[in-house]
Amino acid sequence: MSDKLSQLLSDPSRKMNARELSYLAACFRETMFTVLHERGTGHWGGASSAAELVTSLYFNRLNIRPDQPDWEDRDRFILSKGHASVNLYTVLANRGYFSTDLLPSFRTLGSILQGHPAMLKVPGVDMSTGALGHGISVAAGMALAAKLSGKKYWTYVLTGEGCLDEGSSWEAMLFAAKYKIKNLVLMIDYNKVQLDGTEDQIMPLEPLADKLRAFGWNVSDGYNGHNTEDILRSFEWMDSDDVWPKAVIYDTIKGKNVSFSEGQNAWHGAKIDDEHYAIGIKELIADKEAKEALL
Amino acid sequence: MSKAMRDAYGEHLAALGKDHPELIVLDADVSSSTKSAVFGKKYPERFFNTGVAEGNLAGVAAGLATCGYHPVINAFSIFLSLKSLDQIRNDICYNSLPVIIGGAYGGLSDSFDGASHQAIEDIAIFRSLPNMEVIVPSDAHQAELALDYAVTRKNPVYIRLNRNEMPDIDTDRDAFFRGEAVKCREGKDVTIAANGITASLAMKAADILAEKGISAEVFSVPFVKPLDAASLLASAEKTGYLVTVEEALLMGGFYSAVAEEAFRKGTKCRVASVGIDDKFGETGPYMDLLAKYGLSGEHIAEVASALIGK
Repeated sequence: MSDKLSQLLSDPSRKMNARELSYLAACFRETMFTVLHERGTGHWGGASSAAELVTSLYFNRLNIRPDQPDWEDRDRFILSKGHASVNLYTVLANRGYFSTDLLPSFRTLGSILQGHPAMLKVPGVDMSTGALGHGISVAAGMALAAKLSGKKYWTYVLTGEGCLDEGSSWEAMLFAAKYKIKNLVLMIDYNKVQLDGTEDQIMPLEPLADKLRAFGWNVSDGYNGHNTEDILRSFEWMDSDDVWPKAVIYDTIKGKNVSFSEGQNAWHGAKIDDEHYAIGIKELIADKEAKEALL
Repeated sequence: MSKAMRDAYGEHLAALGKDHPELIVLDADVSSSTKSAVFGKKYPERFFNTGVAEGNLAGVAAGLATCGYHPVINAFSIFLSLKSLDQIRNDICYNSLPVIIGGAYGGLSDSFDGASHQAIEDIAIFRSLPNMEVIVPSDAHQAELALDYAVTRKNPVYIRLNRNEMPDIDTDRDAFFRGEAVKCREGKDVTIAANGITASLAMKAADILAEKGISAEVFSVPFVKPLDAASLLASAEKTGYLVTVEEALLMGGFYSAVAEEAFRKGTKCRVASVGIDDKFGETGPYMDLLAKYGLSGEHIAEVASALIGK
């Protein structure tokens, strides 16, 4: 671990600024890419796509206590696109929920780090996910629980396009809008590439923001989901009014920061072989060093 | 006759609301049929109607359950077991969350609505899910006991309800809480294990058999999972013959559950089953429909008679 990273992680509960978040995400990408290469299984494309979003939540936004993962007043986060599990695990470990030494055990027999997040196994995972299209319903239930119990915590759910292909996501959106559930935020990692091809080839979602508004949501879009200043601006927007539920659409790039994987559906879940690893890791280290220089 | 099972369920759920502030009741636009509306009227702040969206119904319940609540989701059994199944498996059962799944109009009991509304595969489906308990009450009293039991549990519980009035079985509360099969009648020649509302049909069969000089031991078996195999198989070894009865598909249902245990334990008995044999239901008056599918005292008696060769 570099000195800079150790320094930042010596106080992980401090609200990191945009440059720090950007650097952390770059470090985590390097870890994720390496773990996925070593294991020969897992989902690089969607994990890289969400790297800045998940990092910014855990190192700037969420009110959490990693030493008390079941703290009942904590903010909740649901990774509805559960295949990006390596991203969530890397962030949780570095945030202090469990040792980073466990990360190489990802997807191995007996590991707590299941292929998709399992809440009974991993400290900090608020809901098991993997079957797409479940996260918004579950988040609505958690946010409803806050309303019923008078608690102040927020619930965030992150989806990709795959979740939005599922009808149950739209059932959940109708439900959350009907009850105007407070402190519920849907974040969309909108990389426009799915498993089989691009979103417009597989199942066009446009005009997505209009659809969400028509379903009764307070929507903000046009953020670059890899630009941490943009992400922090989206957090400011979340705090800017009291109209619920809220959705934020982030434009992202699947397989971000590795030249051969950017925007390529083939890298949704492909095995990263030695040859590709050699190319990709150089690029990720260069990106990390560039971001470190900006700190 | 007691009151209709759905009325007993709805009224009892509402009564439980008083001492159980953790109960949150959800329904998918059928609350006047499932009778969860009784709770909704009494505790509107703890009642949520999801519209006809059974997947979301179960997902929302999972979210609530992670936050200290004990949700009760209500819809027709057929739709809970099929449309909510993904969420029930992955969100509720995988995480072993305390959610009560109240399946209304189970079996053939939505008789006039026909096959599209008749849940005959729900028992096979739900008993296959890890962490799930499956209870099929025989009557209004057992439906109330099932709710009383379910609110004490920290894991998912499926309660398969019937639309109609069914004769009462005398059920001991403590034994029910231990998951025991209820011995309704002592006998020595053949054991009849009846799941859900078929208990009263089995009792009628025992009367018919008695006239022929055959002494039947009858059990009402509300718990399919966990199954009180010990009581049933001990009786079956004693009589040498076991007839299972259920208002569901034989494949994967109660018969399968009993047969699996009997085979595993090497129980020495001959077995016959009464239930729906790999086909869909149809429209008709409930008791006539049951009879057409073999669920009558007369048919159960015939099967038992043939099994023992008397």
